[in-house]
Amino acid sequence: MSKKRTKKNVEDTSGEKAVKVPRSWNPSIVVFACNWCSYAGADTAGVSRFQHQPYFRIIRVMCSGRIQPGFVLKAFEKGADGVLVSGCHFGDCHYIFGNERAVEQFEKTKAIVRLLGIKEGRLRLEWISAAEGNRFAQVINEFTDQVRALGPSPFAGIKLGA
Amino acid sequence: MSELFEIAKRTHAWACYDCGKCTASCPIARAGADYIPRRQVLGTNLGQSREIFSNGTLYRCLTCSLCDARCPAGVGFTQLVQNLRELAFHDGVEPECPHGGALQSAMRMMAKGGTQQNRLGWLTRDLKTDPKKGTVFFWTGCTMYYDAFFTDFNVHTLEGTKASIKLLNKLGITPVVSPEERCCGHDLLWNGDRTNFEKLVKHNVELVANSGAEVIVTSCAECLRTWRIDYAPYYTGMPPKVMHITEYIAANKDKLKFKKTDITKVTYQDPCRLGRHLGIYDPPRELLQALPGVELIEMLHHRQSSTCCAGGPWSNCDRYAKFIQVERLKEARDTGAQLMLTACPKCQIHFQCAMQDPKLKLDIEIKMRDIAELIADALAL
Repeated sequence: MSKKRTKKNVEDTSGEKAVKVPRSWNPSIVVFACNWCSYAGADTAGVSRFQHQPYFRIIRVMCSGRIQPGFVLKAFEKGADGVLVSGCHFGDCHYIFGNERAVEQFEKTKAIVRLLGIKEGRLRLEWISAAEGNRFAQVINEFTDQVRALGPSPFAGIKLGA
Repeated sequence: MSELFEIAKRTHAWACYDCGKCTASCPIARAGADYIPRRQVLGTNLGQSREIFSNGTLYRCLTCSLCDARCPAGVGFTQLVQNLRELAFHDGVEPECPHGGALQSAMRMMAKGGTQQNRLGWLTRDLKTDPKKGTVFFWTGCTMYYDAFFTDFNVHTLEGTKASIKLLNKLGITPVVSPEERCCGHDLLWNGDRTNFEKLVKHNVELVANSGAEVIVTSCAECLRTWRIDYAPYYTGMPPKVMHITEYIAANKDKLKFKKTDITKVTYQDPCRLGRHLGIYDPPRELLQALPGVELIEMLHHRQSSTCCAGGPWSNCDRYAKFIQVERLKEARDTGAQLMLTACPKCQIHFQCAMQDPKLKLDIEIKMRDIAELIADALAL
């Protein structure tokens, strides 16, 4: 059966099997946010009424340095379409160097995700401070669209029409 | 419980006459853990499911088979533990996985499939391999995942993989190294997850069958045991021959001219999967003997008594494991060897981890390499 070589098919070459996505599908994103900056940033976005897409769930951790590859991999294993890790800007970590640990762990996470063939666009690291409500909304919107374009995760177990 | 009865029958647990040799041999029990293998056997025979099914008891065992080797009645304790774990898994009993379950998550994602792994980034031009077809299939195992994960300390399991391929190339073989390879499933099997194990088996058996390979060679003792023993029930027709790289090279060592290297004294860690599980003690030693200028100094506990690296299928990391690793490394140091050779990536990872202890480093640090690396060096590869 020949597939029409549209631009989407040609670009869609790395890692995952292509699936056709119904328009009603929205991504399921897991956000790991540190308590002091990023989670507070999310609150600020809410209080300031910055509008953003709702297709994510936040898991609050005390520090982004807590986020080990196992957390992110578990999220993907359970079918998350995208994972966003967010912490304080360098120099602002509540625990001084936690966000440096976050970067170290994130590098390992990225390496495993790449080995597994999960599209790299599904994983992102951001630094969002408590005051950056608008940035939180912006990142969420961008990331949701980015993940939507990648389609459902191959581990999501969603049966879509062929 | 009829399932326990079946397990007891299948593993000869009923043969136990309560001598306690298993408990006396068990490295975990001797390290001071609240773990009594003998009670686990009795518990099975008496149908005491609550006691033997707890997460704490079931996952203390390293499955190193030292008890099996010593049991005078022929109780298959290791197999008993594996069966009990599978049974308990259905009731939601899972090990407390170290590293946040990262390795298990990766394996389960491989079991599910749906992605094209990028697992051959380490393959260089000088390593001659075929991605699809050949008479020899080199099974890499998960070394690339381990090296990516354990960047904090000296873990270079891929060097053993690369050296093994160089050795096969030297013998004129272009092995199949497939980008479609998935985890052999050893760890998931020993974590009780038969369902995901079977998904991996199905894929892997088909992959090797399609390659046309008659022999599978691997540098990982766990992959070897899994292919030889645990995959056997899943074959239809002739299973391929599965060999460890040391077995393969030892069988062909007359074709090779080994040269002197700057290594004169080594010691060798018998992996439990290669040694006690499969009875492969001699091939690595034959190879070491064939290396000019290299003297093998055995550790106090070697061959059948060799000490497990206490890593297990990523379910045993605790202070008892650390105690066992430290004792073993002291034994290695006592030999005066320059190098501690392993034939399994897990041994390398777990001993390197134990060596990170800043208070014990001076006493237990020893250079570690895969035996394939030394053999390749002796051929100037």
